[in-house]
Amino acid sequence: MNELLRKTAAEQSKALKNKEISAVELTNAAFERIDSLEDKIGAFNSLTKETALQTAKKVDEMIASGEDLPLLAGIPLVLKDNMNLVGSKTTASSKILENFVSPFNATVTEKLLNNLVPIVGKANLDEFAMGSSNENSAFNKVHNPWNLNKVPGGSSGGSAASVSSCEATLALGSDTGGSIRLPASFCGIVGMKPTYGRVSRYGLIAFASSLDQIGPFARSVEDAANLLEVISGHDPKDSTSLNLPVEHYSEFLNNDIRGKKVGVIKELLGEGITPDVQKAMDNAIETYKKLGCEIKEISLKNLKYSIGIYYILATAECSSNLARFDGVRYGYRTPNPQNLMEMYTKTRAEGFGPEVKRRIMLGTYALSAGYYDAYYKKAQQMRALVTQEFNEAFKEVDVLISPTCPNTAFDLGAKSSDPLAMYLTDIATISCNLAGLPGISVPAGFDSDGMPIGLQILAPQLQEGRLFNFAYQFEQANDFYTKLANI
Amino acid sequence: MVEQELRDKYEVVIGLEVHAQLKTNSKIFAPDKNEFGQEPNSLTSPITLGMPGVLPVLNKEVVNMGILTGLALNCEIPSRCKFDRKQYFYPDLPKGYQISQYDEPICVNGHIDINGKRIGITRAHLEEDAGKLVHAGANGLAGSLYSLVDLNRAGTPLLEIVSEPDMRSPQEARAYMEELRDIVRYAGVCDGNLEEGSMRCDANISIMPKGSKEFGTRAEIKNINSFSALERALEYEIDRQIEIVEEGGEVVQETRLWNDDTRETKSMRSKEDANDYRYFPEPDLMPLEISREWVEKIRATMPELPAQKRERYQSLGLSEYDARILVEQMPLALFFDKVIELGANPKTAVNFMMGEISAYLKENHVEITETKLTPENLAELINMIEKGTISNNIGKQILVEDMITNGAKASEIVEKKGLSQISDEGAIKEIVQKIVEANPQQVEAYRNGKTNLLGFFVGQVMKETKGRANPQTVNKFVREFLEG
Repeated sequence: MNELLRKTAAEQSKALKNKEISAVELTNAAFERIDSLEDKIGAFNSLTKETALQTAKKVDEMIASGEDLPLLAGIPLVLKDNMNLVGSKTTASSKILENFVSPFNATVTEKLLNNLVPIVGKANLDEFAMGSSNENSAFNKVHNPWNLNKVPGGSSGGSAASVSSCEATLALGSDTGGSIRLPASFCGIVGMKPTYGRVSRYGLIAFASSLDQIGPFARSVEDAANLLEVISGHDPKDSTSLNLPVEHYSEFLNNDIRGKKVGVIKELLGEGITPDVQKAMDNAIETYKKLGCEIKEISLKNLKYSIGIYYILATAECSSNLARFDGVRYGYRTPNPQNLMEMYTKTRAEGFGPEVKRRIMLGTYALSAGYYDAYYKKAQQMRALVTQEFNEAFKEVDVLISPTCPNTAFDLGAKSSDPLAMYLTDIATISCNLAGLPGISVPAGFDSDGMPIGLQILAPQLQEGRLFNFAYQFEQANDFYTKLANI
Repeated sequence: MVEQELRDKYEVVIGLEVHAQLKTNSKIFAPDKNEFGQEPNSLTSPITLGMPGVLPVLNKEVVNMGILTGLALNCEIPSRCKFDRKQYFYPDLPKGYQISQYDEPICVNGHIDINGKRIGITRAHLEEDAGKLVHAGANGLAGSLYSLVDLNRAGTPLLEIVSEPDMRSPQEARAYMEELRDIVRYAGVCDGNLEEGSMRCDANISIMPKGSKEFGTRAEIKNINSFSALERALEYEIDRQIEIVEEGGEVVQETRLWNDDTRETKSMRSKEDANDYRYFPEPDLMPLEISREWVEKIRATMPELPAQKRERYQSLGLSEYDARILVEQMPLALFFDKVIELGANPKTAVNFMMGEISAYLKENHVEITETKLTPENLAELINMIEKGTISNNIGKQILVEDMITNGAKASEIVEKKGLSQISDEGAIKEIVQKIVEANPQQVEAYRNGKTNLLGFFVGQVMKETKGRANPQTVNKFVREFLEG
């Protein structure tokens, strides 16, 4: 493989500018790498070679004419396969959209294309982004590049695995309850979920509208900061997108954090946390102390309710968002239905996988007459309390830290028959979505089997700059991020 | 028909839910044009089609029209409203849910007055319309070979106006509905056409023994496509419910479909079969904050409403009947307003409008705006009659022959054809004398008591002058000559 593929986007950008390699060459190198690894990893649902090379060619033309390149121009990137790219299949890893070709671009796609970022393919995911291990895909299983018998985490498992294995340098994922941060943690890379509304959701196939947020994957904090800068900003097509100026997040990286307060979430330490993860946490605390920060233990008493709240709200919204997959206008339709009802029921029974069906049923139940107040309404009230508790905590500390997950990547198949155990994987990540906060997972060490551990950092809403600052300082004080999966 | 005596034992309670299609340029949540009669599925962006990943964005003009209508219906406009999802499966509903407003609508607590009676308006809320299904191979769904989906109408903005159960007869319901139609038309927010479906009406109706305070079980009647169908459907339903109760039965809560051909309602679904719509707040749209400044800005643009117009017309000397009929025909009323603004006598104007002009329009199936008649020309004509330049009859004659059909100016036609009125007393006297002398037998007969021959003489004079003689002057001299 071309060794440049192992470098960060920042380094690759430099190489492009210095004409050490052309963008077309770099993109082709990525495709060669993908070709040689895909049998083992299974990160992609489809490749978009034509689009990628077209974009790369434009980059080379700009370089040739001596023009300044836009941020991240020419850097190979993977889109999670729940984001629309004109002419590409956008399947959400579901049989029901197996042959759906996007007639329009997601806003993030437009932004990437405007910045001449070559999109090399569409990454595998848990069907409709529902899952924590990527095992719910209707297509391939995704394997963790650090150990092919392990899951990559989900739901953005393909995005994480492709960046972790250097098939691509950057990727976009979507995070509804941890779907970026968890696979980033399992695959030893950086994954970040922005403040709700920071990135447009237009063109992202909705799972749970009030929780979904698109965010970057990268192998360094700096790259993630730059990618967020490219994709964020107000979008008139998304009423929930925030009308705020785009910040240059990389400018925050080197801010002095001495004297700042780092809160350690009490409920996410000790019991339930594997010893290796606990050790990594101890190291993280020590790192911040060395960086001159004050460490404070913070108790979030409502955190234990977050999984319950999440699985009511997220399923309620998904039961509604997925109603459009009815076989009428696009996507899979059952052959030879006898009547309308049969067309609906068979199309959906044959088109959706078991986890998606489970969540549609849960959500339908939570919204049903007579149950709405007890479930949906109560969960909304609790969500407000969770948010309030975070607001209180951030009066005392600048950021909060915890493990991204109590454990490292588990074996394929280990939890796939126990949905509840699977849901608990998200204990540390879910509350961040409920409160709409920005959160990041950065490489923080390895367990005794050599599997990566992630440190999660949370900041108040709109404080992405602060989040990247703390993440970068931690990253640079350690060397975990320089270690890549040996594949 | 149930006998009147039996009917008199019961009191009827009616409430209406009216859907008004708002006349915005684009759809409520998508940039597609809001138009009728286009090629099927030509007004369908990915948003209208409910493609995976699309999001709704609220059209501000829809909110403006919602506020305007609310104010026209004397509603309060709460400072906050929100949108909710109403969920059910049907092929004309692309997303599997309709974005509507459930518990926080844009308008609340309004009313309108019908012949002095106040009808309460509970609420009015914004929502998106569904598409249309075309069933191939049959007249309806039953027996059809397949169904085609046209989503041009999907996402068209609707305002659903819900009345209190304040109406007590089908006639009252019709009057309310007609007034509502006039209000939305004058407010400029809706065409108000029941036949074409730009306005649709569902009726809730129940009966109870006279004097009772407790409402009976109601039925909801759908598929009402005209004002007369509304009256007919309600009449039918009253009889049906009375017959059930009289036979010792109980009216069941259900939705019934009116068939205007067979003139009956048929059960569509019972309460037990009713959908659980699983409403919940639309997470893709933020709650809508409506400032008082916004409301006042809209209020300042409120056009004159039907009730105010009728009152003003009566104060101009129009009869209650004329005022009502004129207001019911909006293009005529707006034309009339311009004519009198130009200084024409309102009573003369309304006589022309309700007489010759209406007759012409009816005969030729056109709207006044489609003819060549302009308010300026009609005003000029009326002023010429008022000043005595031409007679009323000549006026009527050239109005139809020249002005409506050819767009002629009254003064030019009168000039060209020499039609100006002869008011010169000497000239008229001379002609009258000539006619009297030429008809001695008739003079004799008149003097012997056949006084209805007066018209004969007047007619002869008018014939002689081609209708140009001032009729009052002619009358005066004919009498003078005949009666000595």
